[in-house]
Amino acid sequence: MKTQQNNQPSLWHALSSARDLTGRHLFGAEGSIALNDLIEGTTLYGRGEELCGRSVLVMTANQFTTASALIELDGIARRIVVCPPDLPTEHLPFVIETAEVDVIVSDRATFALGSSRPMVFCPCSKEIGPRNYDRTVEHETEWIMLTSGTTGVPKLVVHTLASLAGAIDPGSNAGGDVVWSTFYDIRRYGGLQILLRAALTGHSLVLTSGQESTADFLARAGSHKVTNISGTPSQWRRALMSGAANKIDPKYVRLSGEIADQGILNRLRSAYPGARIMHAFASTEAGVAFEVTDGSAGIPPRVIENTPDVEMKVEDGSLRIRSSRTARCYLGANAPVLKDANGFVDTGDMLELRDGRYHFAGRRDGMINVGGLKVHPEEVEAVINRHPEVQVSLVRKKKNAVTGSLVVADVVLKVAAQTAQKHDMRELQEDIVLLCRESLSSYKVPAAINFVPALAVAESGKMIRNNA
Amino acid sequence: MITTIRSEIVSLFTEVAKEHNNKLAPLTDDLELLESGLDSLSFAVIVTRLESQLGIDPFSSSEDTVFPVTFGDFVRLYENAAE
Repeated sequence: MKTQQNNQPSLWHALSSARDLTGRHLFGAEGSIALNDLIEGTTLYGRGEELCGRSVLVMTANQFTTASALIELDGIARRIVVCPPDLPTEHLPFVIETAEVDVIVSDRATFALGSSRPMVFCPCSKEIGPRNYDRTVEHETEWIMLTSGTTGVPKLVVHTLASLAGAIDPGSNAGGDVVWSTFYDIRRYGGLQILLRAALTGHSLVLTSGQESTADFLARAGSHKVTNISGTPSQWRRALMSGAANKIDPKYVRLSGEIADQGILNRLRSAYPGARIMHAFASTEAGVAFEVTDGSAGIPPRVIENTPDVEMKVEDGSLRIRSSRTARCYLGANAPVLKDANGFVDTGDMLELRDGRYHFAGRRDGMINVGGLKVHPEEVEAVINRHPEVQVSLVRKKKNAVTGSLVVADVVLKVAAQTAQKHDMRELQEDIVLLCRESLSSYKVPAAINFVPALAVAESGKMIRNNA
Repeated sequence: MITTIRSEIVSLFTEVAKEHNNKLAPLTDDLELLESGLDSLSFAVIVTRLESQLGIDPFSSSEDTVFPVTFGDFVRLYENAAE
């Protein structure tokens, strides 16, 4: 086991040394914990000594208990494996074997493990108990985040708290009353970033709950006076459609995880005229890379060329990133290679330079093949989303007897346009096709435009793309 | 119903030819599709749009579908599939 080698204190240590935690809380739908109590107590029934140096799988039903368990475990466990809420149980044995898990921390009563490894079961609680163990020795805990691989088997991504927190300025505590929140689940990279921001700077955090509607969450977030909040463009669209977006009055609005188009940026600007609105790029593997703060879609080249502490380049069309925030590797005997020989992570996100700005053109592996020609769905969506009646769109593959595949689009209209007459819909379809035809090659133009009431959004907060 | 399918097909041929800047031959029943002036991408688009408008794709619903030779074959394929 390695002891702390860099200047990154554990979460618990950072919280303990924060200046004044009075009135600062972790807020869940089911209650709250004062950060001061969290430093003094335990939500793991005082079993810290038993967990010391172990590989701990945190498998919780509830984000609220997850947050306090993670803060307590960092610096104690040899390894923390953060299990996302939607991990299919059939993959659990693989995760447990690969990460050599020997403790499971959970707020669930019982579950089938499907693994024969000897295992300690440690419950975690919503309530704080008195801590009866010593925390003076700190270890560098390895953090394992899971991402879904293309075959469905999760990939285990190895981080340290230092790499996860590389983009966080611990000195930003001085900025007055900051209350963090996120639409993300904190068991994913995007949400964990917000938990770490709150914990390392000693600020309150409002967590979402699976049992709560977007409108109820926004009302609760508003009652705690949330100032800084993050989410995917899909989650923000849902917030704007919930009718409760005006319940919060944030100073800082962050979008990440999907391409932020000009439409969503403009709508957030008019909903929150006083807020700093930015879209950012981060991934579990590549870490937090950059943010764009000028309110426009796309990325100015200077951001790629000149972001402090992060080296970026575009090679074979895709964005490559090297920084201290990238993951170390994938865990496992037959795991794929994460970094190239020079330490760059290939994000697989394709960038194109258009009109002086870089734009994401989609994922390398998400391309649709139309008669031998390649189409990125995101490139077509970007054009459709420019139509004034369109709220959001999803471009997908449609099998076809003639060309193999064709491109079709599912389009969600803005509320006003949804009530239009049927013959107007035909005109609107033609209008959208015309717009595509003006800016795209003919094989990229959707063969059909289907108007749908909504698009499916996964638990990760991203639109579900199914090109299989 | 049958006239609706024919008129839908005629209007889609016209619409797609215009969109793709193809010059469309007069749509008689004995017109060979390869002589119609439409390219393969246009045909693919027509088949996809017919599916979304009529709810039928005769090319995917049966494995032994013979690809139609004339415009009349094409219309009959859809009319039969709709029955």
